[in-house]
Amino acid sequence: MRDQKTPVRERRPRRDPNAGRLSAPGRLQAGDVAVMSPEVEGEPLAEYAVRHGLRPSAQRPTIPAYIRQLWRRVHFILAFATARNIAMYTEAKLGQLWQVLTPLLNAGVYFLIFGLLLHINRGIPNYLAFLVTGVFVFNFTQRAFISTSSVITDSLPLIRALQFPRASLPLAYVMIELQQMVLSMAVLAVIVIVSGEPITWYWLLVIPALLLQTLFNVGVGLLVARLGSQVNDFSQLLPFLMRTWLYLSGVLFNIATLDIRTYRWAVALLEINPAALYITLIRNALLQSQRLSAPGSQPYNAARCHIWQTAGHQTGATTAQLYDSAYCHYYANPDHFWYYGIAWAAVALAVGFYFFWRAETRYGRG
Amino acid sequence: MVVVDDLHIVYKVYGAGGDRGTAATVLLRVLGRKSRGNIREVHAIRGMSFIAYRGDAVGIIGRNGSGKSTLLRAIAGLLPPEQGNVYTTGEAALLGVNAALLDDLTGERNVILGCLAMGMTRQEAKDRYQSIVDFSGVGDFIDLPMKTYSSGMGSRLRFAIAASKSHEVLLIDEALATGDAEFRVKSHARIEELRAQAGTVFLVAHNLEEVEVTCNRVIWMERGQIVMQGEDVTGIIDKYIDASGGTPVERDPVSGKRLTAKVSVKS
Repeated sequence: MRDQKTPVRERRPRRDPNAGRLSAPGRLQAGDVAVMSPEVEGEPLAEYAVRHGLRPSAQRPTIPAYIRQLWRRVHFILAFATARNIAMYTEAKLGQLWQVLTPLLNAGVYFLIFGLLLHINRGIPNYLAFLVTGVFVFNFTQRAFISTSSVITDSLPLIRALQFPRASLPLAYVMIELQQMVLSMAVLAVIVIVSGEPITWYWLLVIPALLLQTLFNVGVGLLVARLGSQVNDFSQLLPFLMRTWLYLSGVLFNIATLDIRTYRWAVALLEINPAALYITLIRNALLQSQRLSAPGSQPYNAARCHIWQTAGHQTGATTAQLYDSAYCHYYANPDHFWYYGIAWAAVALAVGFYFFWRAETRYGRG
Repeated sequence: MVVVDDLHIVYKVYGAGGDRGTAATVLLRVLGRKSRGNIREVHAIRGMSFIAYRGDAVGIIGRNGSGKSTLLRAIAGLLPPEQGNVYTTGEAALLGVNAALLDDLTGERNVILGCLAMGMTRQEAKDRYQSIVDFSGVGDFIDLPMKTYSSGMGSRLRFAIAASKSHEVLLIDEALATGDAEFRVKSHARIEELRAQAGTVFLVAHNLEEVEVTCNRVIWMERGQIVMQGEDVTGIIDKYIDASGGTPVERDPVSGKRLTAKVSVKS
């Protein structure tokens, strides 16, 4: 509330004829008055500023310059990721042990329910390994989504205190999730071996697959970071989006067993959606059972495919019947999966980066 | 060097009417396709123009809500202008009261992270680490999470981090207010150093003595506009105190130095 007297206004000195001259060191006299006109010695201030090589403070850098700035912050990104990771677990007694315990407990729950209580295989050989792989891989993308959606709000003090390319923050968050994912993969390897899968050279394919998924996550992370910073309702919506995506991506079941499988294009589309794609790439790398049973991995045989589609989906199907899926037609060509994987990563990265960069000067506002 | 050219800053405040959250009003708005009626615009800076040169330490004084912090954030490039523009030579670092870096982390990690964020290499950060810790004077607390720091210790560490690099423009928003006498002397010396390295320093402070000691120019703001500005720091501060209804400072008529030790402003 204004006080009744508003003494400041009354006492404001009258402008003298020299008003409008800017101060330079040593030029102003006592009691000189506010400068209202935006020019210095007849020259508009904007031109004056440009002539002296100044830049607008709220101007975003060009894309190449931005990438260079980001590159210089590589150490910052890594250190920030490590620091946040440590901070996340400082309150817990077991500390960073939780990084390993979380995936272990996750796997334990699935083993309890699907391995011991429900004997469900849904037409899939080695269902438990199939399921746990799917959950871990999907979790990587899901966690990256959810954590980056709040990265700008989480780091407001840092953003308001220091100038640095803001894309460092979502990048760091994805690095945190990547580190978590690598630990999960170690747990996963043990589970896969225990479930009876052999160790093969195919396992090495996990590395490029994870790399592509990480690039994809960085891309969508940048996208989601900007959305989350500008649309507050977005974080409310995100859990539902993620759950829908989970069910559409064949984490808990094989997409080819869905009732919509008569629409081959629909199944093919679901199979090449990024989450399903990266899950399939990693499953095929780790699980021999998946490699050998994937539709299209054997020449088409109508009779054996029929066995899988009928008997193979029943409880109590024999192992041979489960593997008969290999004799069905593929929906999306598995030979192209790596190309799709590269394409998704490239598109996500390009779109996400551009979208995030466009709003660079607006983060931390409000 | 900073050129502020006819700057206008407008905040959009959502939910000003206070009825935003209720389901009924939202539903009506969606059904009626009405635009959100309860956005209020706050015109925080209304047409300011000035130039601050290399080596200037500019004090900004004015009452609460006069737009001082908004002006600093605009200079730092954190608030896009509605009209006009701010031009600077280089990156500006803003130090505010609440600019905690990462509260959960130890002071040590904050120092390293802050240095890296400012674009230093790992080696540079390591090299400066000890001098930053010494400067901040937080001592053994450096191993503890920053949330355990007193507000004075936190601001000392933040200042030490930000001041470890010579910024072309350093903006200090009451960040020194919570420091003790010893720290004030140190930070004052550091600001002088930054000025000598051709930097420009802006200082928002309600402690007018601090402005008087540190700054060679002062801008008096009221309602987002400049009331007075100039190099006559003591003269403008005296007028500001006078206008705020405070007790005038007694000064030596020849040197202009304060005779009364403490400035008191009733407002």
